[in-house]
Amino acid sequence: MQPYFLSLLIFSPLLGILVLSLISKEQEKAIKWLGVLATLPSLCLSLFAFWQYQNGYDISQLTEKRSWIRFGDFPFLRETDFTVAYELHVDGFALVMIVLTTILATLAALASVSIQKEWKGYFQLFLLLEIGMLGVFAASNLVLFFIFLELTLIPMFFLIGKWGYFEKEKAAYSYLIYNGLGSAVLLIVIAILFARTGTANIAELRHILTDPIAQMQTISPISDDLRYGLFIALLVAFGVKLPIVPLHRWMLRVHVQAPPSVVMLHAGVLLKIGAFGLVRIALGLFPGQFQQFSTWLIVLGVVNLLYGAFLAFRQTDFKMVLAYSSVSHMGIVLIGLGSLNEAGMQGAIFQAVSHGFIAAFLFFFVGVMYERTRTTTLARLGGMAKTMPYASGFILAGAMASLGLPGTSGFISEFMAFVGAFRAEPWLAAIGTLGIIMTAVYLLRAVLRITFGQTTVTNVHDLRGIEWVPAISLLLFIVIIGVYPNVLAMPLQTTIETMMNGLGG
Amino acid sequence: MDFETLLSYQWGVMMPEFIILGVAVALSLIDLFMPEDRNRRLLGLFAFVGVAVSFVSLLGLWTTGVTSILDDTFRLDSFAKSFKALLLIGSALVLLLAIHYEPNERIAYRGEFYYLFLTALLGAMMMASSGDLITLFVGLELLSISSYILVAIRKKHTLANEAALKYVITGSIATAITLFGMSYIFGFTGSTNIKEIAQQLASTYDENHQYILSVAFLLTFIGLSFKLAAAPFHMWAPDVYQGATTPVVSFLSVVSKTAGFIIVLRLIVSVFAQTPAGSSASMLMTLAPYIAFLAGATMIIGNTIALRQRNVKRMLAYSSVAHAGYVLVAFASLSMFMFEAIWFYLLAYLFMTIGAFAILQVVSKHHDDEDISVFAGLYRRSPLMAIAMTIFLLSLAGIPGTAGFIGKMNIFLGAFIVEPAHYVLASIMVITTVISYVYYFGIFVQMFFRPVEHTHRLEWPPGVVTVVVVCIIGTVALGVFPNIAYDFLAPFQHFSDFLQ
Repeated sequence: MQPYFLSLLIFSPLLGILVLSLISKEQEKAIKWLGVLATLPSLCLSLFAFWQYQNGYDISQLTEKRSWIRFGDFPFLRETDFTVAYELHVDGFALVMIVLTTILATLAALASVSIQKEWKGYFQLFLLLEIGMLGVFAASNLVLFFIFLELTLIPMFFLIGKWGYFEKEKAAYSYLIYNGLGSAVLLIVIAILFARTGTANIAELRHILTDPIAQMQTISPISDDLRYGLFIALLVAFGVKLPIVPLHRWMLRVHVQAPPSVVMLHAGVLLKIGAFGLVRIALGLFPGQFQQFSTWLIVLGVVNLLYGAFLAFRQTDFKMVLAYSSVSHMGIVLIGLGSLNEAGMQGAIFQAVSHGFIAAFLFFFVGVMYERTRTTTLARLGGMAKTMPYASGFILAGAMASLGLPGTSGFISEFMAFVGAFRAEPWLAAIGTLGIIMTAVYLLRAVLRITFGQTTVTNVHDLRGIEWVPAISLLLFIVIIGVYPNVLAMPLQTTIETMMNGLGG
Repeated sequence: MDFETLLSYQWGVMMPEFIILGVAVALSLIDLFMPEDRNRRLLGLFAFVGVAVSFVSLLGLWTTGVTSILDDTFRLDSFAKSFKALLLIGSALVLLLAIHYEPNERIAYRGEFYYLFLTALLGAMMMASSGDLITLFVGLELLSISSYILVAIRKKHTLANEAALKYVITGSIATAITLFGMSYIFGFTGSTNIKEIAQQLASTYDENHQYILSVAFLLTFIGLSFKLAAAPFHMWAPDVYQGATTPVVSFLSVVSKTAGFIIVLRLIVSVFAQTPAGSSASMLMTLAPYIAFLAGATMIIGNTIALRQRNVKRMLAYSSVAHAGYVLVAFASLSMFMFEAIWFYLLAYLFMTIGAFAILQVVSKHHDDEDISVFAGLYRRSPLMAIAMTIFLLSLAGIPGTAGFIGKMNIFLGAFIVEPAHYVLASIMVITTVISYVYYFGIFVQMFFRPVEHTHRLEWPPGVVTVVVVCIIGTVALGVFPNIAYDFLAPFQHFSDFLQ
């Protein structure tokens, strides 16, 4: 079992894709159930691995490696040069992200009941997207990482472009071009590293790039200027995914135009690939450059935080409020990473996970509301506390978590990120806290508009049937992390220690 | 040369060419004596069998060492073998398309299509094996003249006539330029034999000669860019692609382009790689920036103008220009991966392009213009073919999991491993690739998002389906397990016999 565990975990949605392709496309109910069922194997496997890991199981035993591609075997090179192995491994961080992905995938599949047409194609692409996301977190070499990353690009294009709202095709193209360019920059970095060192394995590259003796023995030299270039390129590449402010426009369109169940995954997991890449690749391979740019990261983070928060305040559409809120919250990830200390790092990763749950939670309710009222404009919503008391309660709870109420996951992550930031750059951190206040303002403004005020839409029913499952389970995760943060802190311990070691303590 | 020496040559190494020649002659005779009203499809099948047999005989020669016959004018080395394999696979697939092609204007194919096709192929194969400027040029002309007629074969069609005329005129100018460049090389060395030329140039070094040699190089290369459909001689591609029939277009964009790269590598690498040039290692290295410049221009022109095209064939024409640019990046890098990267990319390009044209041929039947809307709602009309087209386009766009990605990755490796690395060139390649997403994905929008526009039933003849299946297998298998193809090259030890 062990040697195939990760492959099984990643590729199990494939089974669902195959079974779905055998079913007639008219059978709506069967397709929807199969779509949800197909996400369960990876959910069970990932939860099982997480549980085992909590009980002290050494997950490095799950590492898989098989030889795969070989670009030329030249007599003057080593046997392993210019080979790409099919290799997977997870550490605590990756495992947490995988668990986040599988949970959100199942819940988003449940939320997909509101999809109106062509369910078969929808779920096939949805499952393909899940494979891509899971693979990104488990890949141990850059080429494989890139392949899985691009595997998320294509299904997302179709999911947005076909099942989205009014301006869906524009949003799909905008997604494609921004992320295509981001990936392109990433591909250049990967190709340069691979060509000049002969390996794409992340651990080996880290050794080559940080060990002074190994640095001398690369196939082609890697100069200091080149390192800076590569680091900045990585920052841009993952800055598109995260997104970092000037590169964020695509993400607003996707948030607004894509179907809510897809946005749950997009805001919940895909944005986090940016954070994951920054930690795993930018920080992992170029710790020296990362240190030198750390203040700039905090600056970028504060800009993200404030820009997102202020613009969220001006929005008239609930989806746009949440979109800018995502921009703002990703700023906290950057602030945490830039602070270069243990608390900050922990805060950044916590924020990535916590925002994953909270954003998915809120977007689930966007879907619920839109299905009933056919609108997400704040002015046309209102009085939902009367018509949909439970849903309004959940939305309020989500907003509280998002603005960092103690006892929710939002609090613990923002708190730690700022503890780190105050230690590193007190002035910048002080400016950043303004953003926290703004968060409370814009979220409460939006939520109060929705729940109180004039009732505009009557005759709507509250949460029912299957909708309770995502609502309750997501809220549960948010509260568990808030009340008992060790559930995350423990698995992340070793990852953060390794990162700090890379930075020189 | 007496009869003895003639017999002493190892004629066996020319077996693949002899088979093609024999079939071409036989076809022309059969066509002559066949009653007018009989369907010429049988000739197509015969031609296909001929190409297949020729391919088998080539595989039989796969492990033979370097052999050169006829006073070094014909040489069979690993380069010749591997690139001939590309030509034959490409031709076989195109022939299958041609057999099922029914033009709108109800002029059934004449037999001449098939034997001209074979003579064009023969010209390309001769170039792959040439060791002499004369045979190289004769091969080039055989290919060119045959393809001029192939383009003009729809003689009642206005666009085809315009296309053919443009093709002949630009083609002749390009050939003249190449020939002019070759004349310098001949004038310098007094020999037409490539090996002798290389030795002569390697042994004498004079700074004053560098300029003239550079002019010779540039003229030759620019002339040959016509066959590659690369800048500055790319302008014929859109008009010719639009005017010519789909099988001819796929022949031009795959077989003819491969032949173009064959002659470029044969001539330019053999002649200039060993020529000393003052400071740097060889003239080829000092001249590489010019190739890099043209590669960059080709990629930018191809990918940006393709954005504006509504006609799918014109779009694919510019896309084929762009792909020529990508392959030139591998050439301009002059890395140790060069031959393999070019070979692999051309193989990947062969599958994805012919596959796309196969689907276009069926979809655009009954439409005189190949407007992009012919793809509207293809997913509803024929879901499997829409998915097949998706795979071909993803491969053309270089998305991982397809052969196109591995091909690009290999080109990048070559561009980045050399010192100084080609950062600018590779960045242009990556950025223009992203630009190309826009027009490739435009076809996805038509196929998946748009409602059906034309409701008539699509007919999928068995030959076309075979081509699509083969191309899908090729595109995906090479994308997931590229070593299937690289292992084919294993006995060649990285083309180490190329300069011997």
